Amino acid sequence: MNIHEYQAKAILRNFGVPVPDGHVVYNSNLARDWARRLGDGPWAVKAQIHAGGRGKGGGVKIAKTPDEVRQYAKDMFGMTLVTHQTGPEGKTVKRVLVENASRIADEFYVSFLVDRATDRVTLMASAEGGMDIEEVAAKTPEKLFFEAIDPVVGLTAFQARKVAFKLGLEMPQVKQAVPLLLNVYKAFVESDCSLLEINPMILTAEGNLLCIDAKLNFDENALFRHLRIRDLRDYDEEDPMEIEASQYDLSYIALDGNIGCMVNGAGLAMATMDIIKHTGGEPANFLDVGGGATIERVTEAFKIILSDNKVKGILVNIFGGIMKCDVIATGIIEAAKQVGVSIPLVVRLEGTNVEKGRKLLAESGLNIVSAEGMADAAEKIVKAVNG
Amino acid sequence: MSILIDKNTKVITQGITGATGLFHAQGARDYGTQMVGGVTPGKGGTSVDGFPIFNTVEDAVNATGATASVIYVPPVGSADAIMEAVDAGIELVICITEGVPVLDMVKVQKYMQGRNCRLIGPNCPGVITPGECKIGIMPGYIHKPGPVGVVSRSGTLTYEAVWQLTTRDIGQTTCVGIGGDPVNGTSHLDVLKMFEADPATKAVIMIGEIGGDAEEQAAAYVRDHMTKPVAAFIAGATAPAGKRMGHAGAIISGGKGDAASKKAFLAECGISVADSPADMATALLNIWTP
Repeated sequence: MNIHEYQAKAILRNFGVPVPDGHVVYNSNLARDWARRLGDGPWAVKAQIHAGGRGKGGGVKIAKTPDEVRQYAKDMFGMTLVTHQTGPEGKTVKRVLVENASRIADEFYVSFLVDRATDRVTLMASAEGGMDIEEVAAKTPEKLFFEAIDPVVGLTAFQARKVAFKLGLEMPQVKQAVPLLLNVYKAFVESDCSLLEINPMILTAEGNLLCIDAKLNFDENALFRHLRIRDLRDYDEEDPMEIEASQYDLSYIALDGNIGCMVNGAGLAMATMDIIKHTGGEPANFLDVGGGATIERVTEAFKIILSDNKVKGILVNIFGGIMKCDVIATGIIEAAKQVGVSIPLVVRLEGTNVEKGRKLLAESGLNIVSAEGMADAAEKIVKAVNG
Repeated sequence: MSILIDKNTKVITQGITGATGLFHAQGARDYGTQMVGGVTPGKGGTSVDGFPIFNTVEDAVNATGATASVIYVPPVGSADAIMEAVDAGIELVICITEGVPVLDMVKVQKYMQGRNCRLIGPNCPGVITPGECKIGIMPGYIHKPGPVGVVSRSGTLTYEAVWQLTTRDIGQTTCVGIGGDPVNGTSHLDVLKMFEADPATKAVIMIGEIGGDAEEQAAAYVRDHMTKPVAAFIAGATAPAGKRMGHAGAIISGGKGDAASKKAFLAECGISVADSPADMATALLNIWTP
């Protein structure tokens, strides 16, 4: 789960991490009034969308007067911001952050993430602040510094010092960096983040460290113990069909193709998308119906797939496993009847009682094509859709 | 021969009084696995469907001599259940539970360091040595005893590979589902080392996914140390970057972990890579004759 920059900064502020004073607003007059309340300027006016690269698209401005703040905010509200992370359709700006701007003497990159290779939370830092860190990692990996963190003792002061010195900080700033990094680590762990990125952390002209942009991603599996973080979810930033699917514990991701897929198990679901592509078709979605393909779940899955009007055919691929195929077939038939599937439907069933299941599908009176094996299923649906 | 489990393995179920735990404990017992009891705090001294229940894993181990445990405890208590099993001297812990917080697993991994215990999972289908012992949620009947080892991050895709083998009359030594989470107990590499050391295993199918570089590490081992033929499939060639494909670990991030680069590296290491998931068994038979 992602949150907005202003929400990320509020969390960091609660953990004692220095961030600029600011306020989120929903209209431009409030932007001007909050600017006056915050200080004497200049101010940063920042469009709040769940994507990086906002500056290049006109989503970040520095204003010298409260009226300028108002004007910039006015320009941003309702604008469609297209960045390298939004996709070509862009995202509409509905919230704007106004905050005190700082004079920047230097910029740094700091992040924490779970490193799969070491099974540890790792601190990653670079003196190349404000840049795209993937580019830094690719071109100048020697400019990236890492510290793997022991989960029992947490980030230690000496590790924070090591990183601060490697970033080239002077002793007064090293003394600021140590509590700053320790507190960011604390925020990461106590909020169950999967990624916490500060880019940039700046050195102000006055000699203070300040985190002027922050991105937090949360571990979905840990949200059950973070009610307040779940409150921060902005549904406007998510695909409506993915939200609908999550209400039924279906794992759904929309793609650009025209063949809808319904599969049990994430690995098999990915593999089903792959074989459609391999056979010359284009999958319209990833959809994992989970272990129990009940009538209710299959019905909801059909509804979600069909609500995408690009879909010209559906491939159902269920490896029955513990569940019996005749039960699954009954579920598919009931669901197809309820929803009224009028496009080609290819069903591949495997598992216990597979013959009974195929017989049920054949005798259902519905336009269902039965397939044997994944290759056969993929060929049949691609042929039905592409002709 | 086999790896990890055989007909002598005694297994307890943590979370046995939940519907899922009981259902799969019964299924494993029907398969012939020595399911010797279960653990549910507060229900010690009672029994369910013939399984004696204990309050703690320690009690269960003392009473039954179990060396393996399978966990169906919900995510909120999974990490604790794993550590309890480790503390009680269980040698093999298999955590089926899906949705365990990753930072819980970071702590578990630290806790397990230096202890004589192997963890499989979490978020995995389990382990089966066909004809001898089934621990987990996989359907037993699709397997048959034989010479091929199977290791995979996913559940149903593993069944797919196993089914392709079984329908060609090729059996399996042991099938290991290591789970789809970013931090898990056992890696592809760990399992390949065990298959290499197991005389009964003559060939291996490895099934991977997008995300991370565990498949690449395993492939480097195949290139440098493995004497047995290995075939592979990598799921997620069509997955877009930055989207989590169901499994918490299946995500292309930072430009790393995409299927194309994984496949290319595996092929470089001498692995027979299937382009289509329908060809996993075929990919193995291209380089190996049973």
